[in-house]
Amino acid sequence: MQSKKITIDVSHTAKLANLPLTIAEENLFSNQLSSVLTYVQQLAEVETKDIEPTAQVTGLVNVFREDIITPGLSQEEALKNAPGEYKGFFKVKSIF
Amino acid sequence: MDVTKLTIKGAIQSLKKKEYSSKELVQGCLDQIKRHDATLHVFLTVDEKTALQNAQEADELLKQDITKPLLGIPIALKDLYTTNNLRTTAGSKIINNYMPTFDATVVTKLKEAGAIIIGKTNEDAWGHGSSGENTDYEATRNPYDVTRVPGGSSSGSAVAVATGMSLAGTGTDTGSSIRLPAAYCNLVGMKPTYGRVSRYGIISMASSFDTIGHMTKTVYDNALLYEITAGCDPKDATSVDVPVPPYTKLLEKDIKGLRIGIPKEYFDLQGMQKEIQEVTQTAMKDLESLGVQFKEISLPHTSYAMACYYILVPSEISSNLSRYDGIRFGHMRNQFGAEAKRRIMLGTYALSVGYYEAFYKKAAQVRTCIKKDFENAFKEVDVMIMPSSPTIPFKIGEKASDPLAMYLSDIFLCPVNIAGIPGLSVPCGFTQQLPVGMQIVGPQFSEERLYSLAGEYEKIHEWYTHIPNIK
Repeated sequence: MQSKKITIDVSHTAKLANLPLTIAEENLFSNQLSSVLTYVQQLAEVETKDIEPTAQVTGLVNVFREDIITPGLSQEEALKNAPGEYKGFFKVKSIF
Repeated sequence: MDVTKLTIKGAIQSLKKKEYSSKELVQGCLDQIKRHDATLHVFLTVDEKTALQNAQEADELLKQDITKPLLGIPIALKDLYTTNNLRTTAGSKIINNYMPTFDATVVTKLKEAGAIIIGKTNEDAWGHGSSGENTDYEATRNPYDVTRVPGGSSSGSAVAVATGMSLAGTGTDTGSSIRLPAAYCNLVGMKPTYGRVSRYGIISMASSFDTIGHMTKTVYDNALLYEITAGCDPKDATSVDVPVPPYTKLLEKDIKGLRIGIPKEYFDLQGMQKEIQEVTQTAMKDLESLGVQFKEISLPHTSYAMACYYILVPSEISSNLSRYDGIRFGHMRNQFGAEAKRRIMLGTYALSVGYYEAFYKKAAQVRTCIKKDFENAFKEVDVMIMPSSPTIPFKIGEKASDPLAMYLSDIFLCPVNIAGIPGLSVPCGFTQQLPVGMQIVGPQFSEERLYSLAGEYEKIHEWYTHIPNIK
């Protein structure tokens, strides 16, 4: 089956993904992603009525552990790789 | 001692007999890195000082005749493996300054077994790739022909083992990333059953596909490492509580009468190189002499596997990579490489309102069909065999500008991840002086069967003795 070409709204998708793209990247990805999406739409040919989707392959369900407290990272360790720190907290850009 | 010719099994014996020390062995690997890393681009971080220090400590234990399964053996870790106080980049620039504060479970297990971590290896950034070219650093080269790719994404680990820079290399396999570099570098590469090895501390690519394995020169060496890394881990809720068999002891198991399936869809594939087909068929004839039986089988949904994979995997990637926000560690999101950006975009699109049903959900249903294909086939056969790659290692740059062509080079490997079953790539010959790999696939948790078949084959052809002549 020759599938119809799918176009993708690159700038909208990039916004959803919180991914800043340059104009050059937007143009490049627009073509490349359209060709991948056009390829993958062949899945529409497969009859999947009444077929359960698979997200977990070994059949495990409801895996719990004992409710025992174990040591985690110290505050110092947690902050060790932070680009910005303020009085023992992660520093973030103002969002208001 | 010539490090390029060593196996783990041989090195363990030599260390015990004091033919050389662990320090000499580690130094031999470090020398090999110094000799060839500038050409081959194998390591992102070499931990020379700690490795030599640990080797010295191993030598002390060896003197006291203390035994540990990997005592004094130098290994290389893919840079997706989190290592306490040792830089971990995922092959990306976005976390090129990340110094973890803990070890992955597998790293802990390998250290406890006495292994010496010589360094962290180059890879396609985040595991996104089949050639090694998607690294944010210099692309790793194939030691059998430096103008060609070594296979990816665990590219550096493969080349490290092939060239004697380490005796084992760890990898991750979400679609092909252990088996393809193993095939392209003349190594044995294990892609485990999903959940057989803990993912804790391994930087996630696609969480329902990721498996944690390794590459070695021989089948025995591979089974030896697997005995150490396999097993349930309370820190990974998807790891499965199935006992770990003594894989090295089961290698001698009789394989007479083993039923081997040949999936007809794979051998009919357009684009399979004639030489690959010939080498694989010769290997199958050799196996026949061991008393196995071949049977043609069918995996009817094969042609949809890549489409299914390239919806589900980018979807999980877009979710996993959303955590890199440049606040707790690393740099800002605009510094992702092109392939990571492409995959984040694809996944975000497939999961977004209006497209979820047609893309993500549809692909998850097709995943069920593909998994059932394998389950049905394994009612008739014990294992399956197919080439690891339809082509010889391709030239650097050949597929770099065409992501779709690159994706399709994994056609024999990705379906295995979709079904969560194990696959072992073993060397099966050469064509044009380049290695060819054969993949053995079995039902979930049948790794010992894959090893025993591969081990018997290796007795006929010790392809691992053909070491590369780096030019």
